[in-house]
Amino acid sequence: MIIYAIAFYLFAAVAVASGTMVVAARNPVHSVLFLILAFFNAAALFVLMGAEFLAMVLIIVYVGAVAVLFLFVVMMLDINFAELRQGFMRYLPVGALIGLVLLAELILIGGTWVFSPDAEIAISDKFYMSGEVTNAHALGLVLYTKYAYLFQTAGLVLLVAMIGAIVLTFRSRPGVRRQKISAQVGRRVEDSVELRKVKSREGV
Amino acid sequence: MVFILAPMITFILALIAWAVIPFGEGIVLADINVGILYLFAISSLGVYGIIMSGWASNSKYAFLGALRSAAQMVSYEVSIGFVIITVLLCVGSLNLSAIVRAQEGLWFCIPLFPMFIIFFISALAETNRSPFDLPEAEAELVSGYNVEYSAMTFGLFMLGEYANMILMSGLTSILFLGGWLPPLSIAPFTWIPGPIWFFAKIALCLFVFLWVRATMPRYRYDQLMRLGWKVFLPASLFWLVLTAGVLVTFGWTPVVAQ
Amino acid sequence: MEAMLTEYLPILIFLGIAVGVAGAAIGASYIVAKQRPDSEKVSAYECGFEAFGDARARFDVRFYLVAILFIIFDLEVAFLFPWAITLGEIGLFGFWSMIVFLGVLTVGFIYEWKKGALEWE
Repeated sequence: MIIYAIAFYLFAAVAVASGTMVVAARNPVHSVLFLILAFFNAAALFVLMGAEFLAMVLIIVYVGAVAVLFLFVVMMLDINFAELRQGFMRYLPVGALIGLVLLAELILIGGTWVFSPDAEIAISDKFYMSGEVTNAHALGLVLYTKYAYLFQTAGLVLLVAMIGAIVLTFRSRPGVRRQKISAQVGRRVEDSVELRKVKSREGV
Repeated sequence: MVFILAPMITFILALIAWAVIPFGEGIVLADINVGILYLFAISSLGVYGIIMSGWASNSKYAFLGALRSAAQMVSYEVSIGFVIITVLLCVGSLNLSAIVRAQEGLWFCIPLFPMFIIFFISALAETNRSPFDLPEAEAELVSGYNVEYSAMTFGLFMLGEYANMILMSGLTSILFLGGWLPPLSIAPFTWIPGPIWFFAKIALCLFVFLWVRATMPRYRYDQLMRLGWKVFLPASLFWLVLTAGVLVTFGWTPVVAQ
Repeated sequence: MEAMLTEYLPILIFLGIAVGVAGAAIGASYIVAKQRPDSEKVSAYECGFEAFGDARARFDVRFYLVAILFIIFDLEVAFLFPWAITLGEIGLFGFWSMIVFLGVLTVGFIYEWKKGALEWE
């Protein structure tokens, strides 16, 4: 149990520290790398709570996919960061105000937080909490049947995201020559080569 | 700093994935419930070492190599995911040992033969091996993302790459070739202990890796993306639905012993 | 719960060992090897020419598109994992629920195919 406590405080401390560094790092690439470290520690905390499936999905989806996109954008986009930092002081009051409003909202929400009455029932459910059933299994038993509507809604959200991404970023370039493999393979000798008898000194 | 970190990440990721690989019945370091997810997660992280090295090198070749590699690895990650799901449909568990045990009697490479081929080719692309070694195409990018590396940093990249190859071969033999199981569970085969079968299967897959490298010319990049998105993705999705349909229709869905 | 966590301990130790080996390899080569850098050695390699321009240029938006599409398909795969292992127990309703989900995403996939977002040149 002592190892459990040590591990919890270690991961929690690193998660908070790297979260701070995400904001504080001067180079945005370093910010993204600290963000990834924070994700890892969050995943480790999930494992400590017994939610191993969620931990792995967090790594697969957030670290393996979302953070790759972030890195793409930050690393490869040619932005002059010194220029971006100009006028920091000028925007400070507005930024601070927005931050304060957000903080106030969070406090309001946190203050009125109550556990759903279902949560008690769910926690006391021997079937799911006994450790007899693995995480992923327990999730699969309810996600596709009991919560089918939410699941289908998630599918629609993904569809919208897919179409939105294409509409926003896709520009077809006119005049690009593409390889048509079927046309290439389907070419025959008769269509492309002509044999002619050429008399000497006359040319074709 | 990122420059030094990149080869270390490649190497570390290639090593820690081995913690969950079962070498034999009960011979496994960490027998976690979500072993296959862990491996999938680790293999999807492999792209970081390359992107970071390409960015930190501040060289055009490295940058282009990293860009290509990132797009290539994420494209083939999707079809690997679908193939893994198809295998899991026939197993009913995320545990790697359970996946191997489910293959007693029949290895999955026989009923799921097309997926086996797709998985192996995707594994080639995922590890940046020939014929998909565009990130380090020496003819045009003079070895791509690791052009600025030398000495031990380069060594770690190479070690990581080869450890990844062995890991992918191990994963192939766990998912499709029955892991530590002998080909037939009758007398002369069962005398040989499980780990030896497992290593023999890994060696077989590695042989095919090298064989392909010596045989095939390099792909062109647009062909590579076409293969990943327009052939493998629909094919693996179709086969996934087909497998699920057959399992449900005939009531062959695996019964999981919890 | 306890038993599950003890399975993760070897991974943590393994991670520590891997970090140690990688760090030791690089650290040793940093300390032991003689390093005499000069301006030619440390400048970026560009086939013998002086490097011109910044290496980190803008590039085709297609790479972002691939990354975004990958996120969507990765989420799809993440949804498939619990389904794949419980298929026998959730019955026909669960099966068709997932088929509808996949059908919706296939519509998106066909859309991007027809739109030409998967073409490279």
